[in-house]
Amino acid sequence: MSSLGSEGLAVGFSDRGLDVDKVRADFPILSRTVRGKPLVYLDNAATAQKPRSVIDAISHFYENDYSNIHRGVHTLSERSTVLYEEVREKVQKFINARSEKEIIFLRGTTEAINLVAQSYGGANVGPGDEILISAMEHHSNIVPWQMLCQRIGAVLKVAPINTDGELLLDEFAALLSDKTRLVSITHMSNALGSINPVEEIIGLAHQKGIPVLLDGAQAIPHMAVDVQKLDCDFYAFSGHKLYGPSGIGVLYGKSELLEAMPPYQGGGDMIRRVTFEETEYNRLPYKFEAGTPNIADTVGLGAALDYLCTIGMDSVACYEQQLLDYVTQKAMELDGLRLVGTAANKGAILSFVLDKVHPHDIGTVLDHYGIAIRAGHHCAMPVMDFFQVPATARASFAMYNTCEEVDVLMQGLKEVIEVFG
Amino acid sequence: MMDDLRELYQEVIFDHNRNPRNFHVMENANRTVEGFNPLCGDRLTLYLNVQADIIEDASFQGSGCAISTASVSLMTEMVKGMTEQEAQNMFKIFQKITTGKDDDVKLEELGKLQVLAGVKDYPARVKCATLAWHTLDAAIKNEEKSVSTE
Repeated sequence: MSSLGSEGLAVGFSDRGLDVDKVRADFPILSRTVRGKPLVYLDNAATAQKPRSVIDAISHFYENDYSNIHRGVHTLSERSTVLYEEVREKVQKFINARSEKEIIFLRGTTEAINLVAQSYGGANVGPGDEILISAMEHHSNIVPWQMLCQRIGAVLKVAPINTDGELLLDEFAALLSDKTRLVSITHMSNALGSINPVEEIIGLAHQKGIPVLLDGAQAIPHMAVDVQKLDCDFYAFSGHKLYGPSGIGVLYGKSELLEAMPPYQGGGDMIRRVTFEETEYNRLPYKFEAGTPNIADTVGLGAALDYLCTIGMDSVACYEQQLLDYVTQKAMELDGLRLVGTAANKGAILSFVLDKVHPHDIGTVLDHYGIAIRAGHHCAMPVMDFFQVPATARASFAMYNTCEEVDVLMQGLKEVIEVFG
Repeated sequence: MMDDLRELYQEVIFDHNRNPRNFHVMENANRTVEGFNPLCGDRLTLYLNVQADIIEDASFQGSGCAISTASVSLMTEMVKGMTEQEAQNMFKIFQKITTGKDDDVKLEELGKLQVLAGVKDYPARVKCATLAWHTLDAAIKNEEKSVSTE
């Protein structure tokens, strides 16, 4: 497939059920122009655009069904409660959790990891104990653990990566010790695109009885995720990278772990009975959902999952792999371009640097061609340090991107090289 | 290159980016301050030799985008021979122009720095242009620590 040009690829995916023209027509923003040029949106690892059905679901909800949930006996409250809880069931099915009580709605991946760090970590990590992460983590899977370790006097261990941006599995295994209380690792790196061998990682950790949290923020938009098959203990992801609204995310946790964990925040909805002397906490999942949640955006997330189910995550994965092959091949033809992140198992992210051109200048010039990429450290400064670059340019792809857009990107990069070379 | 991009990337900026002036460690510096823009990873070390309020010499080391490299290169040229007060006044004018709050200053007051005025149309790039001056400001105030734009 790697040698396919634009036309060949177009044929390739229609055989597999993803009709990119049809998908694009479902995303209103993709038809706008930027600086007089058609938008080429390649910043999907930062956040994905929204299909019409998600935008409409939120408007429809506010116009017809909105009220607070789990509180009133009136029609709208009951209607909102039903719609909100239906999304929990949709999430449960989407990631194949055993039960919807294992699905906790939060603001996003960052809050989900903080919940586990504070609640599970606070109860299970003691002085001298260890938390194991990897060298390719996003800051949101580093800082919550540093904060926990500082508070408790525990130690943060970091499993190294190689120069392709792949986890060194042997070194990872060697770092699992009798003191390791939790492994928290990304399913797919936002800065490099590397997809970690999570089943092996989980197998190794479980041999020693150590639970594993997967940061799924980047992985879940690009592949089918089955938490039972993975056997991960926690899985965290955000709605906004999954074509849903911002401000809504999910923590999946095995019910036996969640049952034993103390609440994360106190407030309404997470209680069963409150007196001034004591509080009886609510059952799962409500124990972890204090306060009025982000109801409308949860409904929007449900619409995003419905939309993805009509396409199929396997079709998405297959299409994006072909797109990645195409852009990788084209990028390597450019003189002076160096890829940062060349893992054998990789999602559709192209992180790169150009000789003599800083990523910020690349980003500004490409913007003039309507191309949106990310330039910077991608909230993964330790990864930048490892590759000895201050920053990279990153083009990150979604199911609605096309080979024609890759060609526009390459034309823009040629212009950048010409101007700055 | 498109005209609107030319407004930002003027030839002088390319020139200073390719061949930065005063780009070296200064052995006899009596002020050394590091500047850091955590958003984009730009880092620079600014060296000054200040004698009785006069900036006798200025140089820098570091890496950054074209805007930040040109800005610090131009700045080191400009501030040599200035009093500390004059340099700080220039910083204030530069800040006003690059952030578009320029009611009480004229573009001409910037002299050679006018080539950087285009950043006012690029809010995300203003910090690239001002990092050098924030670092200089810290050096003048004798704050022997690193400066961050955040």
